[in-house]
Amino acid sequence: MSVLDPAWTALLYLAAAVFFILALRGLSSPRTARRGNLVGALGALVAVVTVFLSARLENIPWILGAIAVGSAIAAPVARRVKMTQMPQLVALFNGVGGGAAALVALLELGHTGDPWVRLAIVFTLLVGAVSFAGSGVTFAKLQELMTTRPVVFPGLPVVMAAVLLAAVAAAVVVILTGSPVPAVLLLLLGLVAGVLLVLPVGGADVPIVISLLNAFTGLAVAASGVVLGNVLLVVAGTLVGASGTILTRAMAAAMGRSVAGILFGAFRGGSTAGSTAVSERPVRSSSPEDVAVLLGYAQRVIIVPGYGLAVAQGQHTAAELADALEARGIDVDFAIHPVAGRMPGHMNVLLAEANVPYESLKEMGEINPEFKTADVALVVGANDVVNPAAKTSSGSPIYGMPILEVAEARQVVFLKRSMRPGFAGIENDLLYQPQTSLLFGDAKDSLAQVLGAVKAL
Amino acid sequence: MDGMSLLTITVLAVFVGFEVVSKVSSTLHTPLMSGANAIHGIILVGAIIVAGQAAETWVLAVALLAVVLATINLVGGFVVTDRMLHMFHARKEVARAAAPKADGK
Repeated sequence: MSVLDPAWTALLYLAAAVFFILALRGLSSPRTARRGNLVGALGALVAVVTVFLSARLENIPWILGAIAVGSAIAAPVARRVKMTQMPQLVALFNGVGGGAAALVALLELGHTGDPWVRLAIVFTLLVGAVSFAGSGVTFAKLQELMTTRPVVFPGLPVVMAAVLLAAVAAAVVVILTGSPVPAVLLLLLGLVAGVLLVLPVGGADVPIVISLLNAFTGLAVAASGVVLGNVLLVVAGTLVGASGTILTRAMAAAMGRSVAGILFGAFRGGSTAGSTAVSERPVRSSSPEDVAVLLGYAQRVIIVPGYGLAVAQGQHTAAELADALEARGIDVDFAIHPVAGRMPGHMNVLLAEANVPYESLKEMGEINPEFKTADVALVVGANDVVNPAAKTSSGSPIYGMPILEVAEARQVVFLKRSMRPGFAGIENDLLYQPQTSLLFGDAKDSLAQVLGAVKAL
Repeated sequence: MDGMSLLTITVLAVFVGFEVVSKVSSTLHTPLMSGANAIHGIILVGAIIVAGQAAETWVLAVALLAVVLATINLVGGFVVTDRMLHMFHARKEVARAAAPKADGK
């Protein structure tokens, strides 16, 4: 079908590109975020309708069928996924986008003799494949299908260098000859490089890598736009590549890390230091009633929610406990670390789901000076974000990450499943301090018992 | 389109991309990443073009795979972002609904 002439096509693509820019701007502010996302979806709809009306396409029933299949897979998963598992879903969506870009580039190889276009093709192949495989590994890490600790083996830098050299060689051959065999080889090398890139990254840094791979996919899409001579793909891909880069740096800054340090820290061997030390020191464990007394007779309580709370689906119980304490005249706040949960802003989403009022959620910079005045800091299923090793132990993988300074509170109570270290795989010295007590168990159960005991006071 | 125009557009898009997200708060990092993730699902347009020009069966098969993958990226990305942001919205509604009650006490 070719209803639209090229001028109309270009205008509609321009409209879609403007929608995408407005979408990103809308998403940057809480008030307009949801509308921004809808504007983005509208832009995508305009673009897809335009391509059907403008390009001379065969196989349209097949294409519509494939779109239906993709939608039927994606929409229910996206609608039903637990909010705790959302980061890995984003990783997965990002990966398949990179894979699609790589496949498009591979198929376009036969349609061009221009070495510049072939350069864009090899770029798309390599970056798309890296993003696909890298996202797969981040998914496996977040889903805990594999260890969340950095995976390093001797000679990893050498293997990585060899893979990249081979990829460059294959790319040169593709650019010179346009032959499909080295192009497929390049695709495979990209997959290996993606796995090697993400394996050495420690669990706590995985969200930053997702953001980085997101930017990579954006660049691959932009390059595929050059291949197809499609301006919309160039603009949309470049937008995501650029904004994704800024976002990655902002996230890394929120964790006190540098992007290069995350990607190459494990290669230097520094990132795993101290991670295997498991101590047999005694801890003070207590009963729900003890915790209830501590909380019930405090004046100021700060609750520090972590991923453990989210996994146990305990956010509603935590909100009830906060209400019960406030009813006793106690001042209760939630201290939200920028990377509480598994991604920056993840915990805000989860607590918002539990209807915790916005005013009770305090960001790190705001709440840290207030721990001194708190009688009890109640840490629910968090570990790495309150670990003083981030400030004191320069060999620690989380060294330099800003933390919530719960140690300043008069009493610290940890609700923990076990003594197992947190996502970063390191021990928390705070657990052994005299002002600390621990209540072991599932976060939701523990909270419910404490809540019952508080009500009985 | 000639190379120079494409380069111009690309460079301008880089600056727009930097500019639009430069002042985002950490609360919105996750939805913004997810929204940007959905936008690059527009590779669907490329996949449709390639599938529409496919003459051989294997080319069509690979291109349709690309269409499926790109659709998953595009549709899933926007839906999951909307779900995340719905919760922010709901929170404001609750806060607003709670405020008059507090006044009434």
